[in-house]
Amino acid sequence: MTLSSLLIIIFAASAVAYFLGHTRSQQIAKPAGGIRSLAALPSYYATMVGLWALIPSLLLVFLWLALDGSIIASLVKSSLPAEAKQLSPESLGLVLSQVENVASGIGSVESIGIEYRPAIERLQNLNAISAKAMPILSLCALAVGLLLGLRAVRADNNARYSVEKVFNATLFICSSIAIFTTFGIVFSVLFESIAFFQKVPITEFLFGTHWSPQIAIRADQAGASGSFGVIPLIVGTLLISFIALLIAVPIGLMSAIYLSEYASRRVRGFVKPTLEILAGVPTVVYGFFAALTVAPAIRQYGDAARDWGAENGIDWLANLAVSSESALAAGIVMGVMIIPFVSSLSDDVINAVPQSLRDGSFGLGATQSETIKRVIFPAALPGIVGGVLLAASRAIGETMIVVMAAGLAANLTVNPLEAVTTVTVQIVTLLVGDQEFDSAKTLAAFALGLFLFLITLFLNVIALRVVKKYREQYD
Amino acid sequence: MTDQLPETEQDPRAVAAERRAAKLKQRHAAERRFRWFGRLSIAFGLAAVVFLFTDIIGKGVGAFTQTYVDVPITFDAEALGLTPDSTEKEIKAASFESFFKKSLREMFPEVTDRKAKRGLYAIFTSDMPLILRNMVVDDPTLIGTTQTISMIADDDFDMYFKHSYGRDIDAADQINRLSDSQLEIVDKLVKSGAVYTKLNTILFTNSDSREPELAGIKGAIMGSILTLMVTLLLSFPIAVSTAIYLEEFAPQNKITDFIEVNINNLAAVPSVIFGLLGLAVFINFFGLPRSVPLIGGFVLTLMTLPTIIISSRAAIKAVPPSIRDAAMGMGASKMQTVIHHVLPLAMPGMLTGTIIGMAQALGETAPLLMIGMVAFIVDVPGSVTDSATVLPVQIFLWSDSPERAFVEKTSAAIMVLLSFLICMNSLAVWLRRRLERRW
Repeated sequence: MTLSSLLIIIFAASAVAYFLGHTRSQQIAKPAGGIRSLAALPSYYATMVGLWALIPSLLLVFLWLALDGSIIASLVKSSLPAEAKQLSPESLGLVLSQVENVASGIGSVESIGIEYRPAIERLQNLNAISAKAMPILSLCALAVGLLLGLRAVRADNNARYSVEKVFNATLFICSSIAIFTTFGIVFSVLFESIAFFQKVPITEFLFGTHWSPQIAIRADQAGASGSFGVIPLIVGTLLISFIALLIAVPIGLMSAIYLSEYASRRVRGFVKPTLEILAGVPTVVYGFFAALTVAPAIRQYGDAARDWGAENGIDWLANLAVSSESALAAGIVMGVMIIPFVSSLSDDVINAVPQSLRDGSFGLGATQSETIKRVIFPAALPGIVGGVLLAASRAIGETMIVVMAAGLAANLTVNPLEAVTTVTVQIVTLLVGDQEFDSAKTLAAFALGLFLFLITLFLNVIALRVVKKYREQYD
Repeated sequence: MTDQLPETEQDPRAVAAERRAAKLKQRHAAERRFRWFGRLSIAFGLAAVVFLFTDIIGKGVGAFTQTYVDVPITFDAEALGLTPDSTEKEIKAASFESFFKKSLREMFPEVTDRKAKRGLYAIFTSDMPLILRNMVVDDPTLIGTTQTISMIADDDFDMYFKHSYGRDIDAADQINRLSDSQLEIVDKLVKSGAVYTKLNTILFTNSDSREPELAGIKGAIMGSILTLMVTLLLSFPIAVSTAIYLEEFAPQNKITDFIEVNINNLAAVPSVIFGLLGLAVFINFFGLPRSVPLIGGFVLTLMTLPTIIISSRAAIKAVPPSIRDAAMGMGASKMQTVIHHVLPLAMPGMLTGTIIGMAQALGETAPLLMIGMVAFIVDVPGSVTDSATVLPVQIFLWSDSPERAFVEKTSAAIMVLLSFLICMNSLAVWLRRRLERRW
């Protein structure tokens, strides 16, 4: 029986249990004078019986699925030949996966050795037993649950309490998924990072100035040094984020000021949603735009400027070199992407400045721009700073634009016309495609992930603190 | 004695007034400059929107047409070694490759050079023999007849015909990748009137392919739909339950505070990190298969949960307490109050948040790259456990392809993705307007 048909049976049986519960409650109610004599409405009895049938059987199925693989593997281990048991955990895992492949029909026994036959047969047996036992046991659990549920249908038993208890528990479990996700993130990156730092010292990672994750398999292999210094990545990330903020902050801020202080309702009603389109465009589209339109244009202008410089004898211009993938292209496009982010956050803060401050300033004879520059802007500054920090953390964590437009070469440079690489780019390039999971190269991606997580977390916490602390100071 | 003041000396009040006027003029100029900065910023933002869209549309609009060539082909029974009574197996075994090449050689007897011959075959898509074979498999009575076949032009020919044939030679040279002998053949074909373009249905009916002229987005669209389905089925109930718990039931204690802090933090975690989580937990720890919509859906669920939770909480908060009090006053339990009264009233707001979350999930690429959804997949996925790719990842893959024709395809796929997103966002706006109520 396949898993999906088993699940369908369980759900169908629970629906039947619901109706059985309903009928039973009414049967009980009839001699006692109608459903008024029951402690809860019939639908609650029905739901209770349905839940009694559903929850134990479903729980059993999921536990079985989660655990049977590891239990079977540990049982099979005992049937392995003696020499295989002495192997290191990694090679033992390799042997086990070979055994699994042969057991499921890929390859033959001879390919891994005849002495593995008992282990393979054991595995096949156990798998067959497991496949038969799971549906039978879960259906048994369903039947037992159903009977217990029906027995609990009594006039004096308030089914509503038990049903609501289950609902309440479900709600709590759902809300704790956020916690599990955070733990999942922290532990998944932390464990792999610890494994990484056992291979590469943490000081080399944090202070090394050379990033070249290709590890030499042979001694004479070219271009594979395997050094993991994160500084070029940080510099690249900061460079691109800086360019992005240089574009997004003034433009976003001025747009927000104009829209909230000067623009008429009609202009605002049109411009605000149009600008917000920019926030809804997928980042892969920006990446394509940056790589195919902006970067070639920058290169073309750079080349034209160089030729002009050469003709007119301006030395620094004549030596201008523009890479076809540049930090500038990625930064400009990323800046455009976060304009609506900055503008909507600043808009909120500017709108929160009370009108009385403006009126006071106008009363003293200030013009509108003077009011904005000397009264509203200083009042809104903490909120704006918080918004800019949030935008910065978004720029640091942005992936697709830089993957597509900024290049892969880890240059330690602050020249925006050169190709640089960022933390997110390296995470993606190290993990895309097939990879062995215990090499320093793959683990490095998790160390970078931890680094990125901590940086963005830090920025976000500060930003939220700043925004929260100064938000209501006039009210 | 007082009749002659020095010319430079003036009435101090007039001086002050003049200075004030100058200062005022300066201040008004500053005011005007400031307004212009604002206008320019907005103009820059709007120009970016317009430029982005026109650039993508300008690049991609060509992909919606495809060049075809009408060619008469005789399904010669002898050359194919088949009769109209041949079985399907015999037809499939026949060499349509050599038959196709021979037919082309007969059409252009002047092509004799080996290299030129190869060029001749290469002006049509390399799948042509397969297409011919399938036609014969479908209808064996074709054998022995002469049919006019709409042949799909190869991408280089297609690009040349659509964008530079009969235009300025210099411009044509820049993007032309056809050889001189191929150009002669193309010229002859065009003059005979056999070459035409029509709506490119291949784009919507095929999946990914190495050949640009045969590559389509059907597989990616199906993959996106399946992934979003998983995301929706998981994230909507979980997010709504979380929002209800936190707004209506949660006691004010450390645990709920912790949950709230976590949700706010998750909303700001970069998307690549969710990819790392998916790789480490779902694929390496639980051993689930790579590159399937199921895992993609899991990862995107965790990513979109905060968005939906935050907007659902806002929707629940907007339901006035009087409604709750009234329900409680009638003797309803807390759970009954929430399920029967608060939830239906908050539903429009929750749905709006969900649609926005789904739109985010639809456009997301980075975490999916890490769980293996970058694989080259030709089959259209049928279930959530089939290998699949999604639309944004398809865009990423195509954008990396060296063939120039893929630029067009990529832009076209972006246009499709953006139109889905615009539809979803308009739906959210419409829903909000339609179901908004004031108390």
